[in-house]
Amino acid sequence: MTAYIAKRLLALIPVLFGLTLIVFLIMALIPGDPARAILGAYATPENLERLNRQLGLDRSMPEQYLIWLGNLLQGDLGRSYSLNRPVIDEVMERFSATLILAGTALVICSVLGLLAGIISAVRQFGWTDRIVTFFVLIGISTPSFFLGLLLILLFAVQLRWFPASGMYAIYGGGDLPDLIRHLVLPSLTLAAVATGVIARLTRTAMLEVLRQDYIRTARAKGLTERKVIYRHAFKAALVSVIPVIGIQAGFVLGGAVYIETVFQWPGIGAMLVNAISTRDILLVQGGVLVVAASYVLFNLAADVVQSILDPRLRR
Amino acid sequence: MSAVTEPAAAPPKRADRPDSIRLLLNNKMAAGGFIILVLMVLVALIAPLLPLADPNATAPANRLLRPMSEGHLLGTDALGRDILSRIIWGLRVSLAVGISATLISAFFGSLIGLTAGYVGGRTDTIMMRGIDMVMAFPYILLALAIVAVLGPGLINALYAIAIVNIPFFARNIRGVTLGLSRREFVDSARMSGKSHTRILFTEILPNVMPVIVITMSTTVGWMILETAGLSFLGLGAQPPQADLGSMLGDGRRVLFNAPHVAIVPGIVIFLLVMSINLFGDGVRDVLDPRLKSGALTRPVARTAVERPPGEPMPAADDNAVLDVKGLKTEFHLGRTVHKAVGGVDLKLGQTECLGIVGESGSGKSVTAMSIMGLVPTPPGRITGGAIRLKGEDLLAASDARIRQLRGGAVSHVFQDPLATLHPLFTVGHQIMEAVRTHQPVGHAEARKKARDLLELVRIPNPEQRLDSYPHELSGGMRQRVSIAMALANDAELLIADEPTTALDVTVQAQILVLMNKLRHEKQASILFITHDFGVVSALCDRIAVMYAGRIVETGPTEQILADPAHPYTRKLIDCVPVLGEPERRLDAIQGLPPSVADLPSGCAFAPRCPRAQEPCLAGDVALEPIAEGRAARCLFPLAGERGNA
Amino acid sequence: MTAPLIEMDNVERVFGGGRTLFGRQLPAVHAVQQVSLGVRPGETLGVVGESGCGKSTLARMVAGLDRPTGGVIRFKGEDLAAAAKNDFNALARQIQYVFQDPVSSLNPRKTIRAILEAPLIHLLGLKRAARRERLAELMDAVNLRAEFLDRYPHEFSGGQAQRIGIARALAASPELIVLDEPVSALDVSVQAQVLNLLDDLKDRYGLTYVFISHDLSVVESVSDRVAVMYFGRIAEIGPAMEIFARPLHHYTSLLLDSAPVPGKAVAVPEGESGELPDPYNPPPGCAFAARCPAADDTCRKERPPIDVARGTRDHFAACFHPPQSAGRDGG
Repeated sequence: MTAYIAKRLLALIPVLFGLTLIVFLIMALIPGDPARAILGAYATPENLERLNRQLGLDRSMPEQYLIWLGNLLQGDLGRSYSLNRPVIDEVMERFSATLILAGTALVICSVLGLLAGIISAVRQFGWTDRIVTFFVLIGISTPSFFLGLLLILLFAVQLRWFPASGMYAIYGGGDLPDLIRHLVLPSLTLAAVATGVIARLTRTAMLEVLRQDYIRTARAKGLTERKVIYRHAFKAALVSVIPVIGIQAGFVLGGAVYIETVFQWPGIGAMLVNAISTRDILLVQGGVLVVAASYVLFNLAADVVQSILDPRLRR
Repeated sequence: MSAVTEPAAAPPKRADRPDSIRLLLNNKMAAGGFIILVLMVLVALIAPLLPLADPNATAPANRLLRPMSEGHLLGTDALGRDILSRIIWGLRVSLAVGISATLISAFFGSLIGLTAGYVGGRTDTIMMRGIDMVMAFPYILLALAIVAVLGPGLINALYAIAIVNIPFFARNIRGVTLGLSRREFVDSARMSGKSHTRILFTEILPNVMPVIVITMSTTVGWMILETAGLSFLGLGAQPPQADLGSMLGDGRRVLFNAPHVAIVPGIVIFLLVMSINLFGDGVRDVLDPRLKSGALTRPVARTAVERPPGEPMPAADDNAVLDVKGLKTEFHLGRTVHKAVGGVDLKLGQTECLGIVGESGSGKSVTAMSIMGLVPTPPGRITGGAIRLKGEDLLAASDARIRQLRGGAVSHVFQDPLATLHPLFTVGHQIMEAVRTHQPVGHAEARKKARDLLELVRIPNPEQRLDSYPHELSGGMRQRVSIAMALANDAELLIADEPTTALDVTVQAQILVLMNKLRHEKQASILFITHDFGVVSALCDRIAVMYAGRIVETGPTEQILADPAHPYTRKLIDCVPVLGEPERRLDAIQGLPPSVADLPSGCAFAPRCPRAQEPCLAGDVALEPIAEGRAARCLFPLAGERGNA
Repeated sequence: MTAPLIEMDNVERVFGGGRTLFGRQLPAVHAVQQVSLGVRPGETLGVVGESGCGKSTLARMVAGLDRPTGGVIRFKGEDLAAAAKNDFNALARQIQYVFQDPVSSLNPRKTIRAILEAPLIHLLGLKRAARRERLAELMDAVNLRAEFLDRYPHEFSGGQAQRIGIARALAASPELIVLDEPVSALDVSVQAQVLNLLDDLKDRYGLTYVFISHDLSVVESVSDRVAVMYFGRIAEIGPAMEIFARPLHHYTSLLLDSAPVPGKAVAVPEGESGELPDPYNPPPGCAFAARCPAADDTCRKERPPIDVARGTRDHFAACFHPPQSAGRDGG
């Protein structure tokens, strides 16, 4: 097992390099003069040239990449011109807020999705199954940003149960209950779609597994139906659902872009949207890189969990 | 040559396949989605012809009018523009962008997937590494990055959404293509002289097409949502042009004063995406054959029993371990009823081994699986007869009682040991589970028992093997584990369903020797299902031959082999090449067995029988005793003829 | 003696191997090793062995669907792998293949007509009228009615589907047909129909067969000569009658003892494990030594060469201590 994890970690290195290469290339492909894009239309030629040199843009592409990569490895992602502070500081600060939101949403959607999927499969064609199917359908068809607005209208404006925005607890000034109050609406909104997807796939996976020969063997052994479903079938179904949860992590991280905008959550998604509007390229680069890297790490974790469950994958 | 106008050449029945469209519309949800979708697309298409206000004409005086206002059915937005008009024009834009993005990514993604999957090797590795790299980014994030590069705008958003979806198509299509390229029909086309390109596009693509369509139908909703999302953030459609997403984004700014400005476009997006998803699910159900046949229904723990009320219970036989009388098991698939088992009588004495022999579809496995209610319901159900285990009526027994007997007094060994052992538990765990379900023993003792059982079935290094997973063992070893599991609780009856069919011949011999030995050691009765007379004669005292769901002949093994009474038995023995008799011309049985969904009246074998006469077709033929311990379901049995000849 | 149609000289096929991007050696499996044999025109060579013995790989190489990684296969004296590379279709006009799984070997989305026309168009370049005529001939040859042509494969039973597969192989009038387990997916009653059909076709068209099977009795009933394969190598090869009556390799004896025969109890030594050696780590000596009753140290250390048996011209076996051939019953 340790050997397997070590192997997976080693295999991670080229992936992470690939990520940096793609991020670098995307930003290098921006048409026009990045220095002008950064400094704006009224920049003086001297300033432009200085920035170009500073950014290393007077060198060849591979050289630029290596320099950029070298800086990256030292934790230097450049300086955001719009915020006038190091990109890495801003990104890390924002990322922690996103992690709280996305992490909560991921826990919610995994737990709810798996539960709903199993119940739905076990009670196939029953009322529970129909209700779950109905909510799943609504969940995957409603745009999360619209759902967010609806929740704000209902719970923040009408019922005044939860705040609509203004999450500053992370930066101090609020305590844990305050954080939780702010977290409820956005995390639920963010989890809605993923819950639907996970529930749906869990249901299918369970139904598929329940038809397998080894389930018949389990029954032929005289096991109770509870053991057959929750031990034999669920374990096998989980193996195929875990990668889906891994993929959903990507949707949750990405979906944070909308939710943070709607709920004004001070996370990395909202930061990215602003950075794109203000053409703060270095900030976009840094933000994308950090989120992508965290997603890769999360998927690695999902793979490891999967291989713990399934010995056939440990090779 | 053509003198052999055999029944086999009878035209196969055309499977009545309901027309796909009709199948789709039968699904109410899908039909509902389809109707909403068609309406929306129609409205979007004829937008220029509708008497709508100019979607971009601002009228500050009329700003934020509520719905149902004079001249503005859905009210106006913050600039006084008519929402209804903007919605319809916006719908047009959103649909166009969503569909174009789907087509673009479907085209490029499928092309990559097809190439990578078919060519394989290094091309595949390189292409899929690239795809993996792109997929390492969270989906929306990558779209954002692309928009960041290209600049905000609707067309750029379209490109971004299309690009980030390419990997999704590529992966799906590659997986399917890879599976298909290993199929024998690809080699077959190669042997027919087709070039690789031709094979890819004329042999593989038609088979991949349903998957492409399914993937498209499930992603188009996503793509519309994502484009709307980018517009919502102000990165897609730029003013004054509007799509549904940007309208929602505009509405958000006045959410507290005039919620309808946001809610109306939100509901339209929801309706659009939901109708697409419903329709897409319907399309998938029609195109995915696994779902079509209802394969995804969950079998319940025990076969349903629906004996007609008032049917007299056949008398019990006291000294039999297993006594089956008039067993009927049916499968209801759609409107057709397959009478898989049509009235079977079996009797199994103490320590006796009975072999049930038949071809596939003869009902031999269903008979065996009916005993402990292991026939999957749906679609199977037991519709008549009685099954008694030492006098106890199993069909009337409670679920708890059946569970107690399963793996206890009655245990099973199945065909394919790889599929029948749980892949995620060690063999030790699985055997211990069998022990502990029926015996009140602790972990340590159960483990010791499991170890002893492995030793009993002669697995080398039993202590270590306990911690092996099934995939780490060879086929023969796996089947030994299955047998060990079946012996865990000193079963009185062992039901073995083709336990050696999936094994190599030398391994099969080992398993047969083992079973024969254990059978005498353990004093168990065995019900042994097989298609092979050779295997039967290695193990069984008596044979029951099944054809089309019924027993056609039964008797002691040597007698049946030497002197079969039923013409089918005779033919079945004669059509198999026998080792050591290479010169013999095989006596093939012409034609095919009848479908159990459509049995002929009279003897089911009559249409293929060389001895069939008028009375054979007339009415039901009974299983009549022909000698001591022997019976045959034939009006003109053969028995004795060979002896006289 | 006539010149062999197919001649294999020390043929080897290795799967895997090679190196990773970082130069690490990848594990390799020798699916087929040091196989030398000949197939004479008009004969049926049976190749028998259990799963994983390399018989299917051998079959694919004979048809040009796979290439040997070592040694040479000659077809009418010419290098078959090179011929397949140059002009695959020219080879496919002479050598054809019938696949194991009749259902999977027919494209589910093509009509029988499309499937049978493919070789007529791509291999023979026949015009429409000529194709129609040939299709009728083919369907007649395999006892199927011409009206089946417009049906799809799922409408046929296994036996009918396999006859379509045979018709497809016959379409280009080949000289040699490789039959890869052609009846093992079929029910016994249908199996006999197909075996009899193959027998008729062979007489009628003067075909040569390479018949691959795991079933000894089937191989015995169709073959003139038989090659027994074990773990990628030929254990024994010779006339069918000889092999089955006087096996000269203990593996062949074990196979014969193991085969279930009606009316005969199975009698194999009980300690026999049935386990194959690890293909990634093959033993240095005879691969069968661990299961062999006659194995000694020589067998475990050295690999027995395949040699002609004393007193015969064409019966070869790879065994240091061949079984005492007291003659077996039957045959």
